[in-house]
Amino acid sequence: MPFSLVDFLQALAAGILVGSAYALMCIGLGIIFGAMRVINFAQGDFLMIGMYAAFYLATGAGLSAFFGPSVGPIVAAFLAGPIVFALGWLLHQFVVARVTGAGAAQIEGAGAYGQIITTLGISLILQNGGLIVFGSTPTGIRTPLSRQSWEIGEILLNKGRCVSFLVAVGLAIAVYLFLGHTRHGKGLRAAADNSQAALYMGIDVDKAHRIAWSLGVGITAVAGGLIAGSQSFQPYTGFDFVIVMYAGVVLGGLGSIMGAFWGGLLIGVVQQMSTLVLPYQLQNTAIFVVFLLIIFLRPQGMFGRLSERT
Amino acid sequence: MTLAPPVKRQLWAILGFAVVVLAITASLRSDYFELVLTQVLLWAVLSLAWNILCGYSGYFSFGHAGFWGLGAYTVALGLVQLNLSPWITIPLSAIVGGLAGALIGFPTFRLRGHYFALAMLAYPLATLYVFQWLGYQEIPLPMKREAPALFMQFDNPRVYVVLALGLLVMSLLISLRVENSRFGMSLLAIKQNEPAAEAAGINTWRWKMLALMLSGALAAMAGGLYAVVLLVVTPEAVFGMLVSAQALILALFGGVGSLWGPVIGAAVLVPLAEGLNAELGSVLPGIQGVVYGIAIIAIILWAPEGVYWRVRDRFAKRRPQPAAAPMPMPVPLAPRPRQATAAAGRDLLVLRDVGIAFGGLRALDGVNLTVPEGGLYGIIGPNGAGKTTLFNVINGFLAPQHGTITFGGESILGLRPNQVCRRGVGRTFQVVRAFPRMTVLENVTVGAFIGAPDDETARRMALTALDRVGLSARANALAGGLTNRELRLMELARALAPQPRLMLLDETLAGLGHDDLDGILGAIRRVRDDGVTVLIIEHTMHAMVQLVDHFDVLDHGRLIASGAPDTVVRNPEVVEAYLGKKWAQQVTEAAK
Repeated sequence: MPFSLVDFLQALAAGILVGSAYALMCIGLGIIFGAMRVINFAQGDFLMIGMYAAFYLATGAGLSAFFGPSVGPIVAAFLAGPIVFALGWLLHQFVVARVTGAGAAQIEGAGAYGQIITTLGISLILQNGGLIVFGSTPTGIRTPLSRQSWEIGEILLNKGRCVSFLVAVGLAIAVYLFLGHTRHGKGLRAAADNSQAALYMGIDVDKAHRIAWSLGVGITAVAGGLIAGSQSFQPYTGFDFVIVMYAGVVLGGLGSIMGAFWGGLLIGVVQQMSTLVLPYQLQNTAIFVVFLLIIFLRPQGMFGRLSERT
Repeated sequence: MTLAPPVKRQLWAILGFAVVVLAITASLRSDYFELVLTQVLLWAVLSLAWNILCGYSGYFSFGHAGFWGLGAYTVALGLVQLNLSPWITIPLSAIVGGLAGALIGFPTFRLRGHYFALAMLAYPLATLYVFQWLGYQEIPLPMKREAPALFMQFDNPRVYVVLALGLLVMSLLISLRVENSRFGMSLLAIKQNEPAAEAAGINTWRWKMLALMLSGALAAMAGGLYAVVLLVVTPEAVFGMLVSAQALILALFGGVGSLWGPVIGAAVLVPLAEGLNAELGSVLPGIQGVVYGIAIIAIILWAPEGVYWRVRDRFAKRRPQPAAAPMPMPVPLAPRPRQATAAAGRDLLVLRDVGIAFGGLRALDGVNLTVPEGGLYGIIGPNGAGKTTLFNVINGFLAPQHGTITFGGESILGLRPNQVCRRGVGRTFQVVRAFPRMTVLENVTVGAFIGAPDDETARRMALTALDRVGLSARANALAGGLTNRELRLMELARALAPQPRLMLLDETLAGLGHDDLDGILGAIRRVRDDGVTVLIIEHTMHAMVQLVDHFDVLDHGRLIASGAPDTVVRNPEVVEAYLGKKWAQQVTEAAK
């Protein structure tokens, strides 16, 4: 074998820690896709906005000074969620709702053409708007945790990533409980399962879509805020994660929100493990290969289901 | 060859377009504008190539950068490593693109909808990293000073405009040809209802593959010429997401599924993006992207299906509707020498011990069925008895887990639905599967393709079939606006058009009122009288009793009774299946 057992375990641990943040952003995308069946090309850019929101909250707004350099960035990542939630809410209200849901039902292909253009347009606006507002210099959130590690035997666990792992898993559980046990969550799941039937049952599908969209981009933004503590970013960073997110969501099964969590986690593991056998540049190619394999072998994903009537 | 008037009009339009482009390039006074014009034309080719697959067949591709990039690298690497001229490598890149299309399509067409679109996204991006890893980060095209023209290197940028225009005109002509042939019509049928297209005998797999290969070839040629024009190739610039996005933005903006949509998109958006870059990009980097993003969103909100369709709809409304084109009279075809007459009474369709289960549910459980040639055969059964599953097994949508099926003495097990259809099995669907944006005549013509050597014969066969079911008057109406009765008749005509030996009718009578019923029953009897064997499934008894010669009763996946209608309806097992045990006892007692 070209690598040792320690290397293997180290890569596995790193994969799970990185994967937890991926898993969180996949949940965000999974909620949007599950509820609205819209392919959102701008999801990565909302992630980027989340990174910058966390950055400015931690440094400019003084959260790092107030809570300390270790806790501050985590709080900032959390607060990036509501900010991007609000941004998403406005964008849905004024733009996205015009090409999705009831408004688009009569258009050929249920408005799919308009949806693609609209999310691509939003992506362009956010990226380039980001360039104007934030500048093109790569930046990052400095936190002492990202430079410290716990040691378990010979395996090093980065403290920053461990904390972000706990936060991500905690938030994922919270989302799970929200969807399963609250009125809004149940309405959202009903709209995702069969929007027509949900409409007849008196669920306001457009409102459920708005919640799904805003919640989806908000959760992805928190994931962005968490990642911002351990890597540098610039306004075009979002695109790097679009593939990660779609691969994770497809892996888990389009429409399955918990599937998206496991899919994202698996993508992180695949990405880190691939470095054991492949050159570094082909890390992302490994993701694509797994992505294509899953699509061909089990197109409904790990947790999805296929249903089609003839 | 005579051309239909719309085709002639389009040919003139293409000629006019070429003249306008040449006039523009003659009047331009700056190399920069010539370069922009060249780019407009090349992006239009890419978008048109995208449109051949995605516009007509409805299979969205987020990955046309793959073909574009392969073309660009074929030209760049051919020149750098093998000293091959682009005059050779650009046509060669068409082959590369076509092969890539075949390689990609072979596994990917197992997927549909979002899965297909997302899988397509992965190919160019995976390739991008491979090219980086191979060390092809940046390939400048070397200057060939000794024989520049031989290597497609010209000082005068107008030559590139002419070359790109040539490629675009070729793509337009190919698109026009596709649009007006059974190729395009089959793709449109696939877009609107793929299972129905397959059941109507269209080899959906073949047409989709051809569309992707053609699309890949054109996109790769455009990418190749792009490399020549820009003189440098990098993986990000040719395989990147922006290229794939550009292909679909231009087409969606201009109008999907139309010849001119992609051209309109390129003519508006490419100069807009360039202009914004030049005017604003230096003042405030990023503002050009914001304005471009706002512009495409604003226009798509105004015209959700694209500019071309929006403008066309506007004009169509203003102009008085043209009087319906005079319908050519259906030409009765020479009656095919039917085996039917000779072989009447012989077994046409034989099922032996056919079974299929979905999880724990036995949808069909050891079904034995023999349908003799000629006559009207009925299968009834309550909801969930397995009737539609039975049809799906016969026409190839589902593969039975055990048992044999023969048609006309040959096994049809394992054949795809279009192959079963070609052997002479037509079918209709429980929920009518029309192609809503096509006319009634076009719907039926799609069904006639398999029985017709050329498109004109297919049209005549379609007219004949419409005449047989009594729907000739509605031939030019859009299928989307038909009544339930007309839809049923249209579907009947579509299945009848290729002159099948056996027709499978799936609850054709369901949901029809009394008056409608008579019309359909008449049409079905006429089909039978033409010598076509009809197998019909229903869950209501009364209409069937009037119609069929012979009954089989299906319940919980098993055939429980068989015989003439009046004996079957008295069978206690049948009554029990329909009405429950209590009634069955009463009937038995009454019979005593």
